[in-house]
Amino acid sequence: MIINHPLLGPRDAAEFVYLGDAALIDRPDWQAEDAAEAFHTYGYLRDNPAGAHQELWYHEQGDRSWLVVTRDTVSHEITAVELARDVARARGRGR
Amino acid sequence: MSQFNRIGGGLIDRSTEITFTFNGKAMCGHPGDTLASALLANGQRLVGRSFKYHRPRGIFTAGSEEPNALVELRKGAAQEPNTRATVAELFDGLSARSQNHRGSLEFDLMAVTDLLSPFLSAGFYYKTFMWPRAFWEKLYEPAIRASAGLGRLSMEEDPDTYDKGYLHCDLLVIGAGPSGLMAALAAARAGARVIVADEDFVMGGRLNAETLEVDGASGADWAAGVVAELAAMSNVRLMPRSTVYGAYDHGIYGVLERCTDHLATSGGKPRQVLWRVYSRHAVLAAGATERPIAFGNNDRPGVMLAGAVRAYANRWGVASGRRVAVFTNSDDGWRTAADLVAKGVEVPAVIDTRDAPAVCDVPGARHLRGASVMDTKGRKGLRQIRLTDGQMIDVDCLAVSGGWNPNVHLTCHQRGRPEWRDDLAAFVPGRDLPPGMVVAGAANGAMTLAAALREGVAVVERLGYADKSDLPRAEDEPRDCAPVWHVPQSRARAWLDLQNDVTVKDVKQAHQEGFRAVEHLKRYTTLGMATDQGKTANIPALAIMAECTDRTIPETGTTIFRPPYTPVPIGALAGRARGRDFRPHRLTPSHRWAEANGASFVEVGNWLRAQWFAREGEQGWRDSVDREVLMTRGSLGICDVTTLGKIDIQGRDAGEFLNRVYCNGFATLAVGKVRYGLMLREDGIAYDDGTTARMGEHHYVMTTTTANAVTVFRRLEFARQCLWPDLDVHLISTTDGWAQFAVAGPNARNLLRKVVDEAHDLSNEAFPFMACGEVTVCGGMPARLFRISFSGELAYEVAVPARYGNAMMGVLMEVGAEFDAVPYGTEALGVMRIEKGHAAGNELNGQTTAHNLGMGRMVSQKKDCIGNVLSQRPEMLREDAVKLVGFRPVDRATGLIAGSLFIGQGDAATMENDQGWMSSVAYSPSLGHSIGLGFLKRGDARMGEILRAVSPVHGREMEVEVVSAHFIDPDGERLRG
Repeated sequence: MIINHPLLGPRDAAEFVYLGDAALIDRPDWQAEDAAEAFHTYGYLRDNPAGAHQELWYHEQGDRSWLVVTRDTVSHEITAVELARDVARARGRGR
Repeated sequence: MSQFNRIGGGLIDRSTEITFTFNGKAMCGHPGDTLASALLANGQRLVGRSFKYHRPRGIFTAGSEEPNALVELRKGAAQEPNTRATVAELFDGLSARSQNHRGSLEFDLMAVTDLLSPFLSAGFYYKTFMWPRAFWEKLYEPAIRASAGLGRLSMEEDPDTYDKGYLHCDLLVIGAGPSGLMAALAAARAGARVIVADEDFVMGGRLNAETLEVDGASGADWAAGVVAELAAMSNVRLMPRSTVYGAYDHGIYGVLERCTDHLATSGGKPRQVLWRVYSRHAVLAAGATERPIAFGNNDRPGVMLAGAVRAYANRWGVASGRRVAVFTNSDDGWRTAADLVAKGVEVPAVIDTRDAPAVCDVPGARHLRGASVMDTKGRKGLRQIRLTDGQMIDVDCLAVSGGWNPNVHLTCHQRGRPEWRDDLAAFVPGRDLPPGMVVAGAANGAMTLAAALREGVAVVERLGYADKSDLPRAEDEPRDCAPVWHVPQSRARAWLDLQNDVTVKDVKQAHQEGFRAVEHLKRYTTLGMATDQGKTANIPALAIMAECTDRTIPETGTTIFRPPYTPVPIGALAGRARGRDFRPHRLTPSHRWAEANGASFVEVGNWLRAQWFAREGEQGWRDSVDREVLMTRGSLGICDVTTLGKIDIQGRDAGEFLNRVYCNGFATLAVGKVRYGLMLREDGIAYDDGTTARMGEHHYVMTTTTANAVTVFRRLEFARQCLWPDLDVHLISTTDGWAQFAVAGPNARNLLRKVVDEAHDLSNEAFPFMACGEVTVCGGMPARLFRISFSGELAYEVAVPARYGNAMMGVLMEVGAEFDAVPYGTEALGVMRIEKGHAAGNELNGQTTAHNLGMGRMVSQKKDCIGNVLSQRPEMLREDAVKLVGFRPVDRATGLIAGSLFIGQGDAATMENDQGWMSSVAYSPSLGHSIGLGFLKRGDARMGEILRAVSPVHGREMEVEVVSAHFIDPDGERLRG
């Protein structure tokens, strides 16, 4: 596969390490009432869609960017590649 | 043997004669021959024995689809089994041998299995060798393996080298037949970067095997002209002898190039190269494969595909027999008859299943309309054929044409399904092609020469590359085909899959027994599962299954093709990554010093680390390790600890960042101080530990374990970029940047005072336990000094830029000589950490928590950190959880066993009574007996208790006493001294 890195252009997937569902960005609040439940969901429960899937890839053999790649799990077509940092900020993560 | 079947013409160099051997017999051929064409030229029809029944078999095809003619090539370590003679290029001195027979090829003792064939039909093995169960491994399987099979491995190391490479192009053209060459030419003239890959060693595809003309020239000459034009263009790369074996995601293709297989020796060059080709577009112009018609005893040497017989005559100047009959259901078979007669070969009959007029004039041949061949005779080679009307014809070769199947294989590699076309009676590529791929020519069902040329240009124009190229003139030769899959009147066995010995009867039987899905049929009969992947067998078998179930072929289905198109040697897939180079070796900075000083090395991850340094007179590794421990604890020891991961952390929020990735607090760490840190996984399990030193206001240096150096860094980057993107913190791995040495023992400070420049005060007051700082050593060289101790002794770690590491080791040892300094390796390091009760990889094994490790109170609940929420789950904080404690044998002379399970005295050694496990053991030279660390339920509250340590694996058990994990200096006086 080829991942079109937002900073570096098309790169072979072999340069990357795969982590999984980009929901891992959405780490719950440790002080929330339901923190235990929320962290359980965060830690263990994943969707497994046949179709579009947002997932985290790490450019370990490159610039060490974490990317959010939107990939069709059936056809492997990649429709979007974003810096995970930008996605995290857009989802309201900051400090 | 003379080449008595050699006739005129062909693309061979008759001016040069080359010699080769087959089963030790010397034979001759010419450059341009394949092993198969040369064998046929020499009259060698019998070339092998079949897989299951040991039937005599001959050459069946002229290409990579060959099911029969598998041979062993070369001798000694270079011996290669299961090579198709039809694609093996002949070279002077080639040695080839037939396979799968006991005794000689002519008198195979295992041929008796053929007499048992009534009992050996589909599913025989499944049904017969089930009982008694125990017989399978000891009796049945070895016997079956010995009798059925293919070639033999040399059992020596492959002497050749293999390589891998990467190529990029606009257009990859797969196959250099008429449509592929036209596509390449049109795209290349338009300026595209083009790669043309063809599995053959001469480009041109069927043009080299036919007598058809292009632009008034012979097809072969026209092809050679196009190839010459392409070769002269700088934007074209021609790759003959290169098989495109797989179509992968995003326009990536796998290509196997056979660089030196056609030479007697590789001359030091890579034998084969596995290319990964990145393409914008690809034209699949892989042509078509002829299929046989099944009839009784259709597997005898001399029964061949008609297109192959024609190819041997036209391209190689070889008559496949003296009297060749043609059996066809299509116009195509007639061309074989016509070409053979034109070359002076006798063709006694053309047997056409269709009741139709002759397609062309074949002088001397009887035209038998609406007839079929139903049986053959000739034990080791064809002598006679019997027709359905009973008449017998004497022939030594039968050319069979059952129509042609487009080579759709690569269109299926990404789940594409081929579609059936009734007019061709064949599957053509479906609509769901791999992105970027187009199909042209016979592979796409364009079965005539003119159509193939036309499509080659048309597809690249559609892709937007070509300017209008002139179409060469060629004819639309007659290609009518009326499908006939097998001859029902046949009483003898009719073969479908020649390589796996599957017959029409087997398919019918599979149907009777309920295996009606194609995938079931395939697995039950093994049809199409041999090394040729059923290239000539799958479609006829599918047709017979359709007949049995009264369905059409498309209703019955098709099998999906997967990579590779033809076999890829494991050596090529491995490339250079074998033996010592299987993965990179990382050497520590002091590796050369260690080598010169008697070190034995051990692999730790990718690292090679000194394990111990043997001295003269020592009887075994224990002698060395015991000495290293005692001398370190007695005076001074030095160890290269560079392999620990080092991460440089800087930024205004670096302290806050550390506070969140370690479970214990880092907010209060002062500049110039080091702290032990424990990292958890988000699920609350202990993950990694190490120390982090605060070198400046916004500058920290973290160490990780050797094993987790890479993944800790990855996780920190994840936390930095994905969890807290606005923290001002930056990371860089400096593991390779600094050489680091542990200097341990009562004389550690005395040594360092002589190495660290005088300006730095190393007194206990100025540089106490857990201090750190930038210093200079050896007269001005920058270094870092940390007062940390894994051994439990007064100890420091000193770091210098990596390139000075080897010299630094030398200096430390030289200056340390007056203190009897010893270098110590990973074994002594391990012994000392067990003596001190430090957890390491055996304790942080992915199953243990801070609570288990006795560090539960370190998990701060006053701050957010990775793992703290889930680490507080009640189950993980159970009061009866296992705790890390020390053990010693009641009988001090006994050696403890790592992995032993703790069982109460008087309890049975069962799972229910399991109370924990021994994680690390060592012989402690300091104490003079074996010691261990382990996890025991409520262990911290059971000091002094006697338990049994049971090791069912070793069949041993012993009594042990629960003690503190801190065997040495429990109050830490030494390290603070």
